[in-house]
Amino acid sequence: MAEVTYRDALRSTLIEEMERDHAVVLMGEDIGVYQGTFRVTADLLQRFGPKRVIDTPISELGFIGAAVGMAMLGLRPVVEVMTWNFSLLAFDQIINNAAKIRYFSGGQVDLPVVIRGPNGAGVQLSAQHSQSLEATYAHFPGLLVAAPATPAEAKGLLRTAIRGNDPVVFLENAALYGMKGEVADGEFALPFGKAEVARPGTDVTVVAYSRMVHLALAAAGQLAGDGINAEVINLRTLRPLDTQTIIASVTKTHRAVVVQEQWKPFGAAAEIAARIYEEAFDELDAPVERVTGADVPMPYARNLELLAVPHEGDIVKAVKKTLYRT
Amino acid sequence: MQRIEDLTREELAAAVESYAKMVLARRFEEAAERAFRHGKIGGYLHVYSGQEAVAAGFLSVLRRDDIFFTAYRDHAHALLRGTPPGAVMAELYGKATGVAKGKGGSMHLFDASRGFYGGYGIVGGHIPLATGAAYTLRYLDTDRICLCFLGDGAMNSGSFHEPVNMAGLWGQDAMCPIVYIVENNQYAMGTSVSRSSAATNLASRFAAYAIEHERADGMDYFTVRRVASRVISQVRETGRPYALEVLTYRFAGHGAADLFQPYRNKEEVTQARTRDPITVLEDRLRAAGVLTDADVERIHSDAEQTVEGAVRFADESPEPAADELFKDVHGAWGTWPR
Ligand SMILES: Cc1ncc(C[n+]2csc(CCOP(=O)(O)OP(=O)(O)O)c2C)c(N)n1
Ligand SMILES: [Mg+2]
Repeated sequence: MAEVTYRDALRSTLIEEMERDHAVVLMGEDIGVYQGTFRVTADLLQRFGPKRVIDTPISELGFIGAAVGMAMLGLRPVVEVMTWNFSLLAFDQIINNAAKIRYFSGGQVDLPVVIRGPNGAGVQLSAQHSQSLEATYAHFPGLLVAAPATPAEAKGLLRTAIRGNDPVVFLENAALYGMKGEVADGEFALPFGKAEVARPGTDVTVVAYSRMVHLALAAAGQLAGDGINAEVINLRTLRPLDTQTIIASVTKTHRAVVVQEQWKPFGAAAEIAARIYEEAFDELDAPVERVTGADVPMPYARNLELLAVPHEGDIVKAVKKTLYRT
Repeated sequence: MQRIEDLTREELAAAVESYAKMVLARRFEEAAERAFRHGKIGGYLHVYSGQEAVAAGFLSVLRRDDIFFTAYRDHAHALLRGTPPGAVMAELYGKATGVAKGKGGSMHLFDASRGFYGGYGIVGGHIPLATGAAYTLRYLDTDRICLCFLGDGAMNSGSFHEPVNMAGLWGQDAMCPIVYIVENNQYAMGTSVSRSSAATNLASRFAAYAIEHERADGMDYFTVRRVASRVISQVRETGRPYALEVLTYRFAGHGAADLFQPYRNKEEVTQARTRDPITVLEDRLRAAGVLTDADVERIHSDAEQTVEGAVRFADESPEPAADELFKDVHGAWGTWPR
């Protein structure tokens, strides 16, 4: 066990996997000479050379599509998007190619390509640079979607993503890069589709992923002071979605709150709430509550931005609502 | 035009073989159009009639372990590469015996065992794939190369410019053995090249990305084959990309639904048909004395029989089993980590 940052957990996993398998290559904008926008790839060009750490032009469509072609021919590219907002330029390659080629070819090729980078709001990055795109990508069959909340998950899920045979949308979070946590040594890996009970509880289930897990845990701490024992579920991956763990928890607590940073309409929380209704309607003692970002493009002004993202207090309020308390 | 007297005996023999395959491809497309009209084939159907010399010229010199990508006008490419006609027709019919188990259809033929990495339906969308695939061939220390067929229309999409620029860059390090083959058939659906491209010399656009390029007559098999042979050797040698604009013509409508073709007149099509690549090749082979009336007759009747067999095979093949619906969405997890 060692205490490392989320950033270093990602970086060391890249190094380990590149040392282990020559098929692993990195590609992206400013990942080499510049050392990476968030320094996840710092020093890797020096270690592995330009054939394996490929600096690209500002051509998201071009290099993500090229990575898919590389994967079809047997490489395991890990592509960095400077932020997920820019992936929209490569949406066609991700959706129409990466997610579908295995299917329409009748299973003739593997597609081991990982696309990784920060997702979600930063601090005052405004409308074009603050989006959370997890529900967008989790919508599509053929893709896998991971959203690690801790350094250990960053390491464990990234290793699984790289060694798997499917395209993975790997959603990091800029606010978490500096976060420290215990990470197991060796070839530690975490399965996709297996949620973690981040805090056991009995009174209400709070479902979250990525940065929202930390908000949920803080809210649970606060609720404990009011005698409410919340169970927090950290999804780790949205596709596959571990409904089993969610349903088992709701069956115990009979109440659920789902937290997401993205906009409310057609979001991850809507999907998770629907699964709870479909599979555990009779267990519920209250409607499922959703805590989400405000339904507006992200404003720049700090006070407005703070109003647009979920906070601990919003979760506390939602939990109390499911318990009919104020 | 390639002078017939300059051709070697091997080239002539290969040309007779290509001629037979081009005839087969033409008969196949005609059968597919009939089957479409009879409701046996669904969705979209884009036939290659008129352009056969392009794929035939290139694929006849492509090495067995080389690879290629193309768009949705892809039946002839598969046939010319040797994919069994029955498996191609069965794919068009949506049958379990199709090359892609009936899951891809006409636009998504795919035969990785023969280096055919797919037909693609989003115009231009396969160009980045082919470019990354070419990089991989070098990364793996092979001397294999990649062909990327694309349409004149595809050249105006961002999916063209981004990867082609990357190919130019990667070529500087001998890391991009790819030939971009622009099949300029004059139209993108109903939009002619002059209405869609500000500069109509499409080959010249590759200059912007420091990629060597040239134009060639795509109706003459020998011209295409000679250029292909030279360019493929060069790319194999250098690891640098090369681009060809091959001038050709599509005899049929854009797709089976393009019935009235208001964007061109009958005279233009009639005129183009006077240089049918199959007849052009046939005439030259006859003139060279390597193709007799009897050969022609045999080749045509063989092609008809093969196509009839393919249609029968497709017709009689079973539909995909219902449990195929959920297969091939994801790969195996292998041993890691569950
Ligand atoms: C991105 C995209 N836009 C539009 C279409 C509809 N479409 C299908 S084929 C085609 C014309 C393409 O022409 P070209 O690249 O010259 O190929 P050709 O059909 O002549 O072989 C169009 C517009 C599409 N499939 N994909
Ligand atoms: Mg065209």
